Amino acid sequence: METVTKKLDCSGLLCPMPVVKTSKAIKEMAVGETLEMVATDAGSMPDMQAWARQTKHELLEATENSGKFRFVIKKTH
Amino acid sequence: MANGTNKLALISSRGTLDWAYPPFILSTAAAAMGWEVGIFFTFYGLPLLKKDLTATVSPLGNPAMPMKMPFGSEGFQNFNWPIPNVLMANIPGFENVATGLMKKTFKNKGVATVNELRDVAVDLGVKLIGCQMTMDVFGFKKEEFIDEAEVGGAAMFLEYASDANVSLFI
Repeated sequence: METVTKKLDCSGLLCPMPVVKTSKAIKEMAVGETLEMVATDAGSMPDMQAWARQTKHELLEATENSGKFRFVIKKTH
Repeated sequence: MANGTNKLALISSRGTLDWAYPPFILSTAAAAMGWEVGIFFTFYGLPLLKKDLTATVSPLGNPAMPMKMPFGSEGFQNFNWPIPNVLMANIPGFENVATGLMKKTFKNKGVATVNELRDVAVDLGVKLIGCQMTMDVFGFKKEEFIDEAEVGGAAMFLEYASDANVSLFI
């Protein structure tokens, strides 16, 4: 497992908060650092993929495990 | 597209609790993706700029609106309560009940409040424009609005929206 710089728990939150909180957390990090975000919102899977495409940050991982979604994002710029 | 950045221009024309959500959800999501975002609040959308934000919901004239109970077993909560319009129109305070139920259900499900979403929008630099004409017609003063609100007219919004990738009327 890769080293995660920062963790963010968005469990229980619905759209658009996982994306909003991820964006805020990424802004506070340095380029090259990685953020692990976990969510329970099923919409977070397509939303985080779109968010990563739009913001050009790298989505290293996007997985689901029994209703828990886990994302690892690398800040690229 | 403005300077290589995606841009979203919204018109918010309805101020009930249910209709207050779409512009704030879309604007905060877009801003979180680095988009430039502006919302033009006109007609009944204008009160959403008030410092004292008190959006309510009316099931009256919302025939497709399901009533969900925010408490009880999962089956009870998931049941759609059919509320005939004729009934709602005749019960005083029904709007308060419906508003309370919707707020509670949203909270239980993890949806941010309209106030919270508006704070996020402000925080993310979403441009909030109040319609001057509506202010004049309905007697709103700029001092009643949050400090971040600007005031403008149709031409101002159209110029803003002229290079937006996405424009929606809500």
